[in-house]
Amino acid sequence: MTELESRKTETKDPDLSRRGFFRKVWLVLGALATLQFLWIGFDMLRPRKRRRREAAAGAIYTAGPVERFEPGTVTAFPEGRFYLSRLPDGGFLALGRTCTHLGCTVPWIEEDRRFACPCHASVFDITGEVLSPPADRALDMYAVRIENGIVKVDLGRTIKRRGFETAQVTMP
Amino acid sequence: MGNPRKATVAEQTRVRKYFFLHMRPNRVPAATLRYTHTFGLGGMSAVLAVLLVLTGALMMLAYEPTPGRAHDSILGLQTETLFGPLVRGLHFWSANLLIAVALLHMLRVFFTGAKDGPRKLNWVIGLTLLGCVLAANFTGYLLPWDQLSYWAVTICTGMLGYVPGVGGWLQEAVRGGREVGPTTLIIFYTIHTTVVPAAMVVLMGFHFWRIRKARGVVLPRPAGESAPTDPEFARGWPDLILRELAVGTALIAVVMMLAIFAGPDLGTPANPGMSPNPAKAPWYFVGFQELQIHFHPLFSVLVIPLAAVAGLIWWPYRRREADQTGVLFGSPVGRRTALIAALTGLILTPLLIIADEKWLQPTAWAPAVVGHGLVPFLILAAAVVGSHQFLRRRLNATREDADQAVFVLLATAFTIMTMTGVWFRGAGMALVWPW
Repeated sequence: MTELESRKTETKDPDLSRRGFFRKVWLVLGALATLQFLWIGFDMLRPRKRRRREAAAGAIYTAGPVERFEPGTVTAFPEGRFYLSRLPDGGFLALGRTCTHLGCTVPWIEEDRRFACPCHASVFDITGEVLSPPADRALDMYAVRIENGIVKVDLGRTIKRRGFETAQVTMP
Repeated sequence: MGNPRKATVAEQTRVRKYFFLHMRPNRVPAATLRYTHTFGLGGMSAVLAVLLVLTGALMMLAYEPTPGRAHDSILGLQTETLFGPLVRGLHFWSANLLIAVALLHMLRVFFTGAKDGPRKLNWVIGLTLLGCVLAANFTGYLLPWDQLSYWAVTICTGMLGYVPGVGGWLQEAVRGGREVGPTTLIIFYTIHTTVVPAAMVVLMGFHFWRIRKARGVVLPRPAGESAPTDPEFARGWPDLILRELAVGTALIAVVMMLAIFAGPDLGTPANPGMSPNPAKAPWYFVGFQELQIHFHPLFSVLVIPLAAVAGLIWWPYRRREADQTGVLFGSPVGRRTALIAALTGLILTPLLIIADEKWLQPTAWAPAVVGHGLVPFLILAAAVVGSHQFLRRRLNATREDADQAVFVLLATAFTIMTMTGVWFRGAGMALVWPW
């Protein structure tokens, strides 16, 4: 039988419709295998993520005694990747050092008393509030706790915020 | 025993007949052989892809994809290996040239009316291949792990964060974490050396096969004449294949010269604590970065790029008014409107960039997404649609001509924005003179 003829009889012959059924089964199996492959691929990325989360959970950073930080100063903690900002009224704020525009690292410029992003010229004040765009929200922050006069920062959770509110400040 | 020389000749014939003439056509329309019809751009892309695979495989032997070792291993390649700088230079120049050549190839296909009829699907395959080339270049950009690559990737993946809804998740998935780090490097390395090359081999096979199915490249014809039904043919060997070999070897010579005399730099190792000023995306994404400066992220990251990609994919499937297949720039009217569009883009884009920079920036009168996004987007879209109508009514352009003019206008604008970003943006991304 030529191929053309076999195709014609396919729908009538019960044997050949079974062949059609198997063809569908193969298709479904192929699709399943593809999905499985993709799923395993994504799963491969997971252990790292879990390890990172565990590492982050225990990340309470001890910054130092309250008296070490003068009101109205900003202290950088490069190893903790954050700034500890003590506002003129004596309150504490821990600010992320990553620009909220595209993720550059923002240095504190002491002469101008503000954070200025070198990449796209966003400017933030001592509380992390945006002074000048393109950034459209304030610098991320971390929770600050003061225990027995020691300033501690919880680096496990990044707090995203629109702007600065006095409730975000921790008073000693 | 037969004559050994004769046997060699027979062997050559066999290779020629059964290998090359299966890869390449046995005979081709003579008119398509003219160099200025295609400029050999598709073949050049294929040659560059082969160079990239060869040099890439060599570098994989020396490269170590961890943040602690990546920069060092490239440094070792540069200073301690005899041909290390040459191999890296060839890879660097092939990769960058491939973007340029592939884009020019796309323009050639567009302007010779070679995206219609049996070539519709191949246009889409070509666009996918272009996407692969960009993905390969971008993931490769991170691998040297110097300041330039680290911050360029930080900025570009930072743009992903602005996609509404899924932005944060998307960014973290691509980076494999909150910041660009070891996981990012492994993900990028895998995409660069496995995922993209494998996808490209399959797509390139598909692309070439579709060309053969469409009976070779589009047959050129003057405006107003119909395509000859019985064109004159030339032989695949030697007429076509020798020409291809000539273009290929000339290209390899150029890449070799560039690699030897203008090899790539290796900057200081990546320092996540200090961003350079200014921090720019790789040159092929600088146009998008420029768009970011002028539009709200919702439009510059999502709406405009999506509209551009969707428009490009949809273009050959749009209902046609006139058959302009094979006619350079469609028609005499098309040639004129394309020129007008190019000049308009050339003059208007810098003016708009400067105007936006100097006067339009602060938008206190409306939320940024409207004042910096929706309103300018709608004004520009209305201008494009209006000029489309104007060309149709006043200059008697066919729909194809007017579409082409819009394409030329937007392509010119994007080119100008890329040039602005590369040469005219200095510290803090402020406009400066490059000299």
